[in-house]
Amino acid sequence: MTNSDKNRLKDKAFQVFGIFCTFIGLVVLAIFLIDILIEGISRIDWDFITSLPSRRASRAGILTAWAGTLWILGLTSVIAFPLGIAAGVYLEEYSKKTKLANFLEINIANLAGVPSIIYGLLGMEIFGRILGLGGSLLSGALTLSLLILPIIIVTTREAIKAVPRSIRDASYALGASKWQTTWNQVLPASFGGILTGIILSLSRAVGEAAPLIVIGALAYVPFVPTSPTDEFTVLPIQIFNWTSRPQADFLVNAAAAIIILLLITFILNGIAVYLRSKWQNKVKW
Amino acid sequence: MSKKPYKLEARNLNAFYGGFHALKDINIAMEEKAVTAFIGPSGCGKSTFLRTLNRMNDYIDGFRVEGDILLDGRDIYGKDVRVDELRKEVGMVFQKPNPFPKTIFENVVYGLKIQGIKDKKVLTEAAERSLRQTALWEEVKDKMDKSALALSGGQQQRLCIARALAISPSVILMDEPTSALDPISTAKIEELIYELKNDYTIVIVTHNMQQAGRVSDQTAFFYMGELVEYAKTKTMFTSPKHERTQNYITGRFG
Repeated sequence: MTNSDKNRLKDKAFQVFGIFCTFIGLVVLAIFLIDILIEGISRIDWDFITSLPSRRASRAGILTAWAGTLWILGLTSVIAFPLGIAAGVYLEEYSKKTKLANFLEINIANLAGVPSIIYGLLGMEIFGRILGLGGSLLSGALTLSLLILPIIIVTTREAIKAVPRSIRDASYALGASKWQTTWNQVLPASFGGILTGIILSLSRAVGEAAPLIVIGALAYVPFVPTSPTDEFTVLPIQIFNWTSRPQADFLVNAAAAIIILLLITFILNGIAVYLRSKWQNKVKW
Repeated sequence: MSKKPYKLEARNLNAFYGGFHALKDINIAMEEKAVTAFIGPSGCGKSTFLRTLNRMNDYIDGFRVEGDILLDGRDIYGKDVRVDELRKEVGMVFQKPNPFPKTIFENVVYGLKIQGIKDKKVLTEAAERSLRQTALWEEVKDKMDKSALALSGGQQQRLCIARALAISPSVILMDEPTSALDPISTAKIEELIYELKNDYTIVIVTHNMQQAGRVSDQTAFFYMGELVEYAKTKTMFTSPKHERTQNYITGRFG
C-alpha cells in the first residue's frame, strides 16, 4: 500500500467516524423530542394555554407561566441589550489596548462560563435584598440580564471586529467622528451579527430556572403579572415543579409545557438564523 | 523656485510608532494644484507620511509626530485644529476601493450628511457634480439607489474619489489608488488625476514608476524613513542626484 493509499483510507475512516458522531447527536435529540411529543402533544389545547395553575392536573394551565416568561424576555431585553451593545462597542472601538482592558476582556469571557445559579445568588442578594425588589419580575430580569450580558458583549465585539478597517478609514477620511463612524457604518454593518448574538442569548435566558428559583420566583402564581414589580413564575419553573409531583398526570402536563418552551426557543433560534442569512446577503465585502 | 505657492509643507517632521522611528527629519514643500508623487520601497515611510497629512494615524496607539506640517501655512497638528475640519480640507483615497455597503447615492453624500446637511436638493446636486467630475455619472445615473458594491473595482475607486470630492476638499491624498485595479481602470484613474490637478492639490503614493512618471509634476523618493531626493519628476527620472534614487528608479532594488 502506498502512502497516498493510506492517506485516502484515513480520510475515508475519518469521514465515516464524523457521520457516526453527527448521528449520535441527532438520534438522541430525536428520541427526546419524539418521547416528549408523544407524551405531551395531546394535552395541549386552548384551555391548557389559557388556564391558571391548579392543584388538579387536568385543570392546570400554563397561562401565568408563559405570561411570566414573556415578561421576563421583554424586561431582560430592555435591560441587557443597550448595556451589552454599549459595552461591546466601547471595548472594541474606544478603549485603549491597556493591561486593564486586557484584564477586563479575559474576565468578561470567563463570566460567560459562570454557572447560572451563582448569578441567582448574586441577584438574590443585590436585587432581592439590598434593592428590596424581592422575587419580582424586575429582580428576575435584572438577574438574567447579568447572566446574558457577557454573551452579548462577546458576540457584539466579534461582530464589530468583522467590519473591515477600510470602512472605518473611509468614514474618518471624510471627516466623520468616532461616534458618527460607529453609528453610521460599524453598527449597521455588524447589526446582523449583534442581533444573532442577542437572540441566542435570549433563548438561553428563556430556558433558565435555577437563578430564578434562587431569587424567589414562585411555582404557584395564581394571577398574570401586570407590572414589573409583581411576583411571577416562568415555564421552566412550572415544568420543574410539575416533574417533581408524584402524580403521573402532572408529568403529562410537564411534557406539554416542555413542548411550548421548545417552541419558543425554536422560534427565537429561527429568527436568529433568518436574520443572520438576511444580513449576510446584504453586507458583503 | 516655483511660481506656484506652497500648499503643504513639512518642517523637521519626525514620526514614531512606539519606539520605531518611522519618519526622520522630513522637509518638503508641495505646490498647489500640482501632483506630487511619493515613491520608495515598502516600509520606507511614504504611506506613513501621506497619512500624517490628514492625521489618519491619530487612531493608531503609540503613534506620535514631532515637527510641523503646514497646510496653507497653518500647523495641522496645532492645538486649535479640529481633525474633522482638517479632513474636510484634505480628502483621501485608499489602496483598495472601499465603498460603504450602501447605495451609490449614500456613498457620495456621506461626507455631506455627517456635516448635518439634509436638504435633498443640495445632496442630489452635489452627488451629480462629483460623479460627473470622476466621469462616473453616465455609468451610474440610473442606479443611484443600487448598492455600490455591485460596481466594478475601477468604478468603485472612481466612486471613492467622487465621495472625497463631494465635500470640496482642496487637497486629495491617494494611497496607491490603482494597485488593486486592472490596466484599463488604472488608465482611467490616471486620466482623472490629470484633470483633477486643475482644481486640487494631489499627493499620490505609488509603487509604479511609470505611473509616477506619467501623472506627477514633482516626485519624492523615500528610503528607510528619510526623504532622499525631491525634485521635478522629469529631472528625477532623467538625472537623479543620488545613487540610491537611480538604483530604485531603474529597478535595481526595491
